Amino acid sequence: MFEIKNLSKNFGGLEILKDVSLTVQKGSISALIGPNGAGKTTVFNCITGLVKPNLGSIQLEGQELIGLASHQVTRLGVARTFQNIRIFKEMTLLENVLVGMHSHLNYGSKDWLLARSSYKEQEKQARETAYELLSLFGLHHQHAQTANSLSYGEQRQLEFARALATKPQLLLLDEPVAGMNAAEKSRLMKEVELIRQRGVTIFLIEHDMRFVMELCDQITVLNFGQVIAQGEPEVIKNHPGVIEAYLGAVEA
Amino acid sequence: MLEWLETFWSTYNTLILSIGINSLLALSIALTLSCGLLSLANAAFMGIGAYAAATLTMQFNCPFELALILSILTPVCVALLIGLPTLRLSGVYLAMATLGFGEVLRVVIMNIDFIGGPMGLNGIPNLTSFWHVLAALLLVVYLLWRLKASKVGRAFVAIREDEVAAKLMGIPVMQFKLLAFSLGAGIAGLAGGLNAHFTYTIGPNSYAFENAVEILTMAVFGGANSLLGPILGGTLLTLLPEVLRGLKEYRLAVNGLVLILVVLYLPNGLWSGKSRRIKKSMTSVQG
Repeated sequence: MFEIKNLSKNFGGLEILKDVSLTVQKGSISALIGPNGAGKTTVFNCITGLVKPNLGSIQLEGQELIGLASHQVTRLGVARTFQNIRIFKEMTLLENVLVGMHSHLNYGSKDWLLARSSYKEQEKQARETAYELLSLFGLHHQHAQTANSLSYGEQRQLEFARALATKPQLLLLDEPVAGMNAAEKSRLMKEVELIRQRGVTIFLIEHDMRFVMELCDQITVLNFGQVIAQGEPEVIKNHPGVIEAYLGAVEA
Repeated sequence: MLEWLETFWSTYNTLILSIGINSLLALSIALTLSCGLLSLANAAFMGIGAYAAATLTMQFNCPFELALILSILTPVCVALLIGLPTLRLSGVYLAMATLGFGEVLRVVIMNIDFIGGPMGLNGIPNLTSFWHVLAALLLVVYLLWRLKASKVGRAFVAIREDEVAAKLMGIPVMQFKLLAFSLGAGIAGLAGGLNAHFTYTIGPNSYAFENAVEILTMAVFGGANSLLGPILGGTLLTLLPEVLRGLKEYRLAVNGLVLILVVLYLPNGLWSGKSRRIKKSMTSVQG
């Protein structure tokens, strides 16, 4: 189980997050939604150690994440993708995914320096796994191309494959279907479901309501840095506070 | 035949050794560049290596090979010390900070009488042989070749491309930056140690701004993304002024013109190494 308790963050005098608490059940697909500027990405940045919160606790299976460096959070099993895709553009697809495996390759400097067998075997294994991960998203035929040759949708998929390579327990997706067409969206929906079936808990930020309502088990709504509702899609759909946050108050 | 070789060697030995030294220097900066660090401290590290080795052989009668090892280790230690604060900077800010370090070092050396102050060290024994330089070059190329094919080399490139994304792949970015920076310093120091022992004399001004830029130019000219590129750049830019000797006073102008043309038309340098890389990773999956 993944749990955020009383998370608060100020930038200068601005309160970006106020006492945010939420839980994500293991094996679920959960969403964090809310209007622009609600603080959703800041929540993700706090989880991944890119931003230090002022108060609160973030725990994955009872392990506190706040105070850890980003690379340590990754090693504990949290991976993420970005709203504005951040793949390694000059590297090949295969190399992108191999970078994701960095902390799982545990050969030492003598091993690679002398090309010892432990180095060779692990590298070979890693390449095969990377190839498999690429094929999960149908990108295996392009594995030797540089990543900047991919289309927007494919780059997003590569980012998924790379995130999975870190062997996460929890995968954070920041607006996974932003800028995608209908066909790409429905394909991505299937792929997210597929990732869940591999035993990865998914926590995503998304503005596309159809995508969120169809896919998610649990939704948390954030507005001006505060949680205003939490529950199953049906509950959220009809929640007056949520409707007000998105559409404005109903006139009396 | 042998006689011909001897005449050739005695005429051109300085030039040939310089090619090796400059290739080493270009490789050293290509390494830090591969990690996304625009560091211009490599000339200074070369100076530290040169002074360390020359002081050891001249003042302490230290065996040359041991002096060379210390010409690697001394700049590595200095790099670890100055790397911690400066590597938090990126891009041009790092370039400025490292240039500043070079300038500070120049002034410091200038004021230490023990190592000759502004006069530098003179009468350094001529100990560097062709084989020393060749061995150093082969060793460094081997090291970098293995490094590129490992998770360390990939981590360097990942950091260069996107530091935040690299962090979230589980890469301890600061640690790897320090590694790239200090390895580069060690290679530059070795080049300095070797260089000092065939030029007879070194001075505080031999490792200043101009040299820092020259090292960068050689790597970029040849192609900093490959192993062959920096060697090519180091070789050609060492030879170019010699080849253009006939042009007399126009020599430097033509030299500059060649550089501008290469940067304009071959932004990845003479040898980008791209095509080979793709072929390699294509075959390696099947293998």
